[in-house]
Amino acid sequence: MMVYLHLIWSYLKIGLFGFGGGYAMLSLIENEIVKHSNGLPAWGISEQTFTDIVAISQMTPGPIGINSATYIGYVIPGNVGYDSVLLCLLGSLACTIAVVVPPFLLVSYTSHFIRRHKDSGVVKGIMSGLRPVVVGLIASAALLLMNGDNFGTETLDIITSTLLCVVSFLAVKFTKVHPIAVIVGAGFVGFIVYYIFNV
Amino acid sequence: MNIYLQLFFTFLKIGAFTFGGGWAMISIIEKEIVEKHGWLEREEFLDLLAVAQAVPGILAVNISVVVGDKLKGARGSMAAAIGTILPSFLIILAIAIFLTPDTIKNNPVISSIFKGIRPAVVALIIAPVLTSAKSAGITWRTVWIPFVVAVLIYSGLPVISNPIIFIIIGGVIGYVFHAYRQVSN
Repeated sequence: MMVYLHLIWSYLKIGLFGFGGGYAMLSLIENEIVKHSNGLPAWGISEQTFTDIVAISQMTPGPIGINSATYIGYVIPGNVGYDSVLLCLLGSLACTIAVVVPPFLLVSYTSHFIRRHKDSGVVKGIMSGLRPVVVGLIASAALLLMNGDNFGTETLDIITSTLLCVVSFLAVKFTKVHPIAVIVGAGFVGFIVYYIFNV
Repeated sequence: MNIYLQLFFTFLKIGAFTFGGGWAMISIIEKEIVEKHGWLEREEFLDLLAVAQAVPGILAVNISVVVGDKLKGARGSMAAAIGTILPSFLIILAIAIFLTPDTIKNNPVISSIFKGIRPAVVALIIAPVLTSAKSAGITWRTVWIPFVVAVLIYSGLPVISNPIIFIIIGGVIGYVFHAYRQVSN
């Protein structure tokens, strides 16, 4: 039972402080879910699983915030010993609803206020303070994911992974290649290198 | 068809066919709401978009909530929000059931594919660092702010590695600067 309350509380916070879009939200999810997984109530979401969820989110329609809530909410009850599909489904539903409740209420109740003050500068002032922080949040998510979980621990793995990362970065930054194509390409390279050649 | 169902199905379509979340969705939502259904004038839509961006949360969901609310109040926003969420919820649920973390780890083919994918995902997160820095107007004089934020979150130290702290500080400082500027004017 406690795990559901923990999850709901975590996703309420993620929804309430999720400024700056999906990538900025990653740092909140990381802090609430992955770090929590290393603590006492072992939720068992590793950096690796977290990265996989981001990959899956990129390749399926819909926002990362919803996708991660649905996936993580399903997996964690199973990890702490709830075996039934129904109980996992419940976690999935709980997280997905929890992440949209705070913005839902905020939008419903503050919409008039924000529209009235939109041009007065209060909202703009707050947003201008948030913007540099959001850049830092996204950078922290990237930094946290550059680890042995994702890049491997043996020299050959690290070299392959670094190459894949650099090439992917150049592709999304300087060409018009779609992120999904980048992921599919990297997956294909992974299959060749790690499965066929068994590096 | 009644307006609630129309709202629901319009946002269901948007939720089911837009990859990459909020920003990719905006132009499609605008097309559906403003051009196709004529529910809102472009001006009104941009107004609501500003609200959706000022509120935390998932942008696509926020947009559906403000549009639904504007058209049909609380029930309208509910219909639109559920429409946006439902496709990703069902798709990810199906994936979660069949592609569990254990499967990814233990199936040799799938695990090799994901081993290749992970560094690419990191690259996909590095790219928006630069884009968002540019749109936030970060210069050499202000680059220390995101730098300090990122390093402290990365540090994993108690309390100060919590990103929520920095969101609150950023919002408060932004507000204080604004108030100060008004007083000095």
